[in-house]
Amino acid sequence: MPCVSADGKPTSSGMAVLKAIKDGAASPEQIASKTGQPLFRVRSGLRELKNAGLVEETGDKVGLSKTGETAIQ
Amino acid sequence: MTEILKEETGLPVLGQKAPDFEAATSQGTLRLSDYKGTWLVLFSHPADFTPVCTTEFIAFSNIYDELKKRNTELLGLSVDSVSSHIAWARNVEQKMGVKIPFPIIADLNKEVSKKYGMIHPEQSKTETVRCVFIIDPESKIRAMLYYPLTTGRNMNEIIRLIDALQTTDKHKVATPANWKPGDPVVVPAPATTEQAEERLKEGYECKDWYLCMKKLPES
Repeated sequence: MPCVSADGKPTSSGMAVLKAIKDGAASPEQIASKTGQPLFRVRSGLRELKNAGLVEETGDKVGLSKTGETAIQ
Repeated sequence: MTEILKEETGLPVLGQKAPDFEAATSQGTLRLSDYKGTWLVLFSHPADFTPVCTTEFIAFSNIYDELKKRNTELLGLSVDSVSSHIAWARNVEQKMGVKIPFPIIADLNKEVSKKYGMIHPEQSKTETVRCVFIIDPESKIRAMLYYPLTTGRNMNEIIRLIDALQTTDKHKVATPANWKPGDPVVVPAPATTEQAEERLKEGYECKDWYLCMKKLPES
């Protein structure tokens, strides 16, 4: 998995996505722009991060969950 | 048996929505919808660790940057496992010095292959033939190429095809045989006699009323 490892922790790609969200990126396009990751990988990664409880979706916007905030500290 | 063969050889149709999928790849689980907004070259190869496929993967890797300039991604597929794809990609990098930058679908259950008509039983009942699907940002199939197991694909033609499709979309024109960027394009044929008369006065380079060319502005 590109963004979440088997133990449920974010990989380096996942951490980059989480940090981009913390820095204000709220859409896959903005995250792709901030991280330099291809858009398809960001979309796929966001699914994984969401399934792992690290990211929350509100309408069209993504944000960090409490677990996600803890993970990047 | 007939049904199975029918399912395995069912071909998509130009202009239709590309069949959706969710598949394990060498870069995680991907869906077709993850590529919305970008052009996609979805291609299949018969098997990992085989000679012609290895030359193709090196060639696809070599055009990756050119494709990115065209807002186009690459996605490979074969009926091999993720572990096999990873091992092969590492081998290609170690032995041939080429990093494979794009994901490869591990279609062990042939779910995607069947949706895209990638298995041609007269070529092989178990391996995918060399298919290329050009899928546009709206997930529509815009072009298809099918090559036999014995014949490696031409990367320049794949780039040329994408250039032609993107030019057609941008300028509402067609492209003639052997067209390449910078060459004159074909003005669509007139639909009425009135249009046929009018177009002769529009400054196009016309061989006759039905064959008119024009240069596009430099982009």
